[in-house]
This record gives sequence, C-alpha cells and structure tokens, in this order.
Amino acid sequence: MLRLDEVGQHYGDHQVLHDITLTVPDGQLLCVVGPSGCGKSTLLRTVAGLLPTYDGTITLDGTPVRGVPDNLAVVFQDYARSLYPWLTVRENVALPLRRRGLPRNERRAEADRILARVGLTDTARRHPWQLSGGMQQRVAIARALVCRPSLLLMDEPFGSLDAQTREDLEDLLLEVHRTDGATIVFVTHDIDESVYLGDRVVVLSPGPAAKIVLDLPVELPDTRDQITTRGLTEFVTLRSEVGRAVRKR
Amino acid sequence: MAVRHALLRWTVLVLAVVVWQLVAGAHGSVYFPPPVEIAGHALDLWFSGPARHVFLTEAAVGDILPSLGRMAAGFGIAAVAGIALGVAIGRSRRVYALCDPVLQFARAVPPPALVPVFVVILDFGTPMQIASIVFSAIWPVLINTAEGARDTDPLRIEVAAVLRLTPVERLRFLILPSALPRIFAGLRLSLSLSLILMVFSELLPGTANGIGFTLTDAQSRSDLLTVWSALVLLGALGYLLNTGLLAVEKRLIGKGRTTTV
Repeated sequence: MLRLDEVGQHYGDHQVLHDITLTVPDGQLLCVVGPSGCGKSTLLRTVAGLLPTYDGTITLDGTPVRGVPDNLAVVFQDYARSLYPWLTVRENVALPLRRRGLPRNERRAEADRILARVGLTDTARRHPWQLSGGMQQRVAIARALVCRPSLLLMDEPFGSLDAQTREDLEDLLLEVHRTDGATIVFVTHDIDESVYLGDRVVVLSPGPAAKIVLDLPVELPDTRDQITTRGLTEFVTLRSEVGRAVRKR
Repeated sequence: MAVRHALLRWTVLVLAVVVWQLVAGAHGSVYFPPPVEIAGHALDLWFSGPARHVFLTEAAVGDILPSLGRMAAGFGIAAVAGIALGVAIGRSRRVYALCDPVLQFARAVPPPALVPVFVVILDFGTPMQIASIVFSAIWPVLINTAEGARDTDPLRIEVAAVLRLTPVERLRFLILPSALPRIFAGLRLSLSLSLILMVFSELLPGTANGIGFTLTDAQSRSDLLTVWSALVLLGALGYLLNTGLLAVEKRLIGKGRTTTV
C-alpha cells in the first residue's frame, strides 16, 4: 500500500505540490490527471524517491520513502532517452536483473520471456533506436516489469505515441495489470485515457501549489475495450466529470 | 561508387606527389630530392630486411620500434589516466568547477615547452621522453572525458537510480558509453600530440635511437635524403595510427550512433 500524507514539494521558493494526501491500495490502477505543468511529474518523482527532500510523509508498505524503494519501477515518457542506446534491447531489459545476482543465461532467458509478453519477439538483439516509438516504449515497459515490481509508476508513458499505437499499449497495460496485479500510478494529461485505464482517477489543480481537486472511483467493467467501453454512458459521464475538474480554476 | 570515392579522395595527394616529382626531377636540387628517390631510400633504409624480421632492417628495429614503443607507453598511460581522472572530475559538479581553471591552464601551455622541465627532473632518456608524452597527451583526453561525463543525460541518470545500478554498473553501462564520443575526440588529439612529443623529445641531445634521433643525426651529416625519408615515415605513421584509432572508435560507437548526447 502506498500512502501519501500531506505531501508538499518545492523548488526553492516555488511551491509545486501542496498538501497531497492519498492512499493507494494494493493492486489499484490510479490515474493522476492535471493540466500540463501542474506538478504531476514532480509528484511521481517524489514518490519514486528521486527527489530526496519533501514535506509530509510517504510510505510504501509501511516503510518511509527515502531514496528509491525496492520493488519499484518507473516508465518515463521519453523512451528514446530512458533506454540506453548503446545496449541491445535484451541488455536493456536484463539490466535491472543484475542486482538479483542471477547468472547471465538466466538473465537473458528472463528478459526474453518478458519481451515476448509485451509482444516483442525477434527484437532482442537489435538496438532500441532501430525500433519504432511504440516498440521502444514496449521495451521500456518490459524493463520495468522484469523485476516484478509491486509498484509501477508511469509518467505520461504514451504521450508521444500515435493514436493507434497508444491504444494498443493501453490495452497491453490493462492486460499486464490484470495478470500481475501490481499497484500502478499512471500520470497523464489525457482525460479519456485516465478514465479508460483507471480504477480511480485523481485530478490535480493547476500549479503552482497543486492539490487534489477530485478523487473519483471509476466503476466500469474490469474488461475494457477501446470501442465499447468508450461508448458506454458511464464512460461519457465520468469523462465529463474529470474534464470539468481539470478545467476548473 | 566506393571506388570513385576512393579515387577522388586520393587525387590531390597523388597529383601533389606527381608535381613534386616533376619539379624536383627537373631542378635536381640536393635539398629537395624527388619523392621516388625518397621512397626508394626509405625502402632501403628500413624495409629491405630479411623476411624473418618482416622485412625490417636493423635500422628500422633500432629506430622505429623504440620510438613507437615510447609513444605507445606515453599515449597508453595518458589515455588510461586521462579517462580515469576525467570521469572522476566530470562526475562531480563541484570538483569540475574547481579543476576547470587548472585544466584550461594546463591545456594552454604548449606541450613541447614542458620538455625542458622533465629534462631537469628526469635527465635525458626514455623516462623523460615518456613523461613528456604523458604530460602533453593527457590533457585533451582528460578534459574531453570530464566534459563527456558531466554531460550525461539527467534522465538516464534517473533511470540508473530507479534501476538501482551500483556505482560500477553506472560507470560501465551509462557514464563511459555515453561519454565515449567525447573520449575518442580527446584520444585523437592526444594521439597526434603523442607523435609530436615523441619526435620532439628525441630531437634533444642524449638520445641514442628513435626516428627523431635519425632526423638530427642525418641532418648533422647533411644527409637530406634520410631527413626527408624520416619526415615521410612520420606522416605515414601519424596517418596509420589515426586510421587505427578511428576504426576502434567506429567499432565501439557504431552501435549507439543515434545517441544525441
């Protein structure tokens, strides 16, 4: 379980986040929505332990977050920079396995297994920059999943992909979430995406000093489909509600 | 296309040699012997030895190899120390800021000017020559490595933190590969400085062999043909060494060539 209690964050005098209190139960897929520049990414980086100081308390499974916690993985938006271009796809995915002390052949086998799971076979020996954007983000997701994290943080991961690729990856994420049951915090500025993916949507106010303005459970069927789910009356209602909260000043 | 490209590449050099040959042949000056004569002399002097010595003559073994050995030692030490210190300096903003003025100063000193210092400290001989090469060649690779290590993409550093790479893994999988293009830019400069200092340190009294020694020795005997042969040999060596380094670089960096950093 991830708990944030009155969490604040600032760069010098500039207050970015203010008084964020939030509990994410195990296995929940939480979408955090907010206008561009409102501090969503800062919130994610704070939870990831990448920003060493913050106000309030953050605990993951009861342990305060000081530095990057164990069992946590992050998928960044900029896949081209987040993957290491001098390593092959397989080497990128196998990299987090080193600290588990697995022998080389087991690391490779595990990487190949997870690559197959995200729909990437026959790419293991290529380099990330030889793949399309969607495939690169699949590699980044594979690298995040390879250590079976209990908390997966995603920072607008599909923001720079085309619509079709984006839908494919959204469905891949839902499938992964259904089978692995990891807790996922998914940051996006796309209202539709947040409702389609989330078990719950949290809306942040525009910065500075962003705070939570809406906390909404998404009561849609667990199995979702790009066409039918988005056509449901409940979907349209939820989307309008989130949309109003995002636009409110 | 490849053939045409190669032809084009070499046209100017070939033309220059041909013109030189014609002009020098017509004038018959002892100071400017024609290239064919120089090449023949170089061949006689260094490359007409027995087959079991890969056709190297005694003069080649006695002069070219010691020179190359000193240069390799000097360049090798400069490269390893330069990369190690460069990474250490580049990884810390504070250390970088503290060291930068010193480095810029050290780089600005014309390398041959340091040689007299080493002559005083180490006396004439191989240690002095290697030290001269090291202390000239180290700066470009050190400074470039430091800049390369400093400019590591901050997102990639965050990725390393999230993947909880150990410091050694960070160095091996992130900082060195990401700085590699800069490191090689530095190594190329260092290599040509090594060649310059190798010759320069051999021009001084107290040396008994080496290409630089061959130059001064031949000059004292007014043997211009040998002087010219040594110059051509140095040019060829510089070209070959740089080509070799480029090949290594291409092999190492080719895989990540779209790296933007």
